[in-house]
Amino acid sequence: MIEFEQVSYGYSGGPLLADVSLRLARGSFHFLTGPSGAGKTTLLKLCYGELIAQQGRVAIFDRDARTLSRDDVAMMRRRIGVVHQDQQFLDHLSLAENVALPLTVSGRSTTEADLGDLIRWVGLESQRESRPPELSGGERQRAALARAIIMSPDVILADEPTGNVDWEMSLRLLKLMVELNKMGKAIMVATHDLNLIRAAKSQVQARVLRISNHRVQLAGADL
Amino acid sequence: MSPLLAFLAGDAQADRVVPPTGFTARLTLFASAAMAFLTVFALALSLATGRLAENWGSALAQSSTIRISAPEGQMEAQVLAVMDVLETTPGIADARVLTDDEQRALLEPWFGPDLPLDTLPVPRLIEVKETPDGYDAEGLRARLAGEAPGAVLDDHTRWREPLVRAAERLRLLGLVSILLIAATTAVMITLAAAAALAANAQVIRVLRLVGARDAYIARAFVRRYTLRAHSGASVGTALGMMAVWLLPEADPGGSFLTGLGFQGTAWLWPLLIPQLAALVAFAATHHAALTTLKERS
Ligand SMILES: Nc1ncnc2c1ncn2[C@@H]1O[C@H](COP(=O)(O)OP(=O)(O)OP(=O)(O)O)[C@@H](O)[C@H]1O
Ligand SMILES: [Mg+2]
Repeated sequence: MIEFEQVSYGYSGGPLLADVSLRLARGSFHFLTGPSGAGKTTLLKLCYGELIAQQGRVAIFDRDARTLSRDDVAMMRRRIGVVHQDQQFLDHLSLAENVALPLTVSGRSTTEADLGDLIRWVGLESQRESRPPELSGGERQRAALARAIIMSPDVILADEPTGNVDWEMSLRLLKLMVELNKMGKAIMVATHDLNLIRAAKSQVQARVLRISNHRVQLAGADL
Repeated sequence: MSPLLAFLAGDAQADRVVPPTGFTARLTLFASAAMAFLTVFALALSLATGRLAENWGSALAQSSTIRISAPEGQMEAQVLAVMDVLETTPGIADARVLTDDEQRALLEPWFGPDLPLDTLPVPRLIEVKETPDGYDAEGLRARLAGEAPGAVLDDHTRWREPLVRAAERLRLLGLVSILLIAATTAVMITLAAAAALAANAQVIRVLRLVGARDAYIARAFVRRYTLRAHSGASVGTALGMMAVWLLPEADPGGSFLTGLGFQGTAWLWPLLIPQLAALVAFAATHHAALTTLKERS
């Protein structure tokens, strides 16, 4: 669904990612690790067309990311659920409205019951009318995950989705992602949390990609 | 539902995704109201001066008179001479010697009904109708002086000619003012919309991240500013019309100043102003939004 061929990317400060090739196939589960500042978030941004590769080719749903028009990018984002590291919400809307935002902007609607189920699943039913600034970091993260999956996307990209939640909640979020993966969705989770990766390995066939020295390598079983 | 109606009816959810922008909203309302108010006056000026130019213009097309004062014995000869001259003057459609009855009617207000016209040395009057192109008054005067020394050409309506030109120019200026006001409105609304877009950069980023198309984001802004410009302009227009309506009325014959109002169906014209303001706001915001969104990808 998403394919990198010898992709390089760097901000003004020099190359960050070099010669990266990878493939997120339907039903695959990837972890992405690496030291802070290695380029995990950058790689995810390349996956959803926020950044465009400087060299090489990124294909998103079999289309070269470079050739996508602005509307194409918008359409493509409805098929890719993203949990951002700095979960961005519309602060003037309630949590429930924020979770439903992808539906709203694509002119679709959902039933109150479905939205309620989703919000309950991430454990936020008592906060559904709260504004995002009133939520804790973990609550925002769970809301971001709910928003990422409400469109039932083909691909889910999660950037540190368990960064601010306790271990129990981490496992719960992981379980949700594993479930989504079993439904055939391609998942990529960027995380520092090796315990989370270990926990996942018992539940799902996950591949671990590590960024080091600007390259992306498949990590062995040495976790 | 037509796209326009759908646009105006809007989508409550879609409207909520952009937070209310109190300050620029009030600015837009005020600016639209003020501009509409001014437009009412520019329009009143245009219509009034247009009316004036027309009235004066048609007065021009009316007759001039030639007055012949001559000793009793020469009168007939001079009248004939003048008629000859008129016949061969280009630009004269018709010339006619007023009958005694007509002259008596003209003089009656001053001298009463029993005026013995035959015994009094009353000048004869010839009514001259000109063609639309008009005649050369100076040339005619010169020829009359040669052929009939007692004849005086009184083209009393000609002094209005420069006034008609001035009125026409004023009407043009009124129309130009309306265009300038519309352009200024467009500029102000563009600036207000651009400020709102800049203030909402974060909102726009989030919307794009969750898959909102430019058109969707733009619509949320465009709708807002279009409706605001419309309501602002409605208020401004209403106030402007009231102010015009309350203008003191001096004499109905209409000197320039008192003619500055709307007459009859002309009262319908200002009702177009809010619609026009909405159209201008729509175009301005639409353009501003799409350009800003494209620049900031
Ligand atoms: N917009 C930007 N402009 C310039 N440099 C940037 C930009 N975004 C990120 N960087 C730099 O690129 C590098 C990689 O950033 P990135 O966010 O991809 O790291 P990361 O692996 O996600 O780190 P973390 O684990 O802390 O989230 C960092 O050194 C960062 O400072
Ligand atoms: Mg990061």
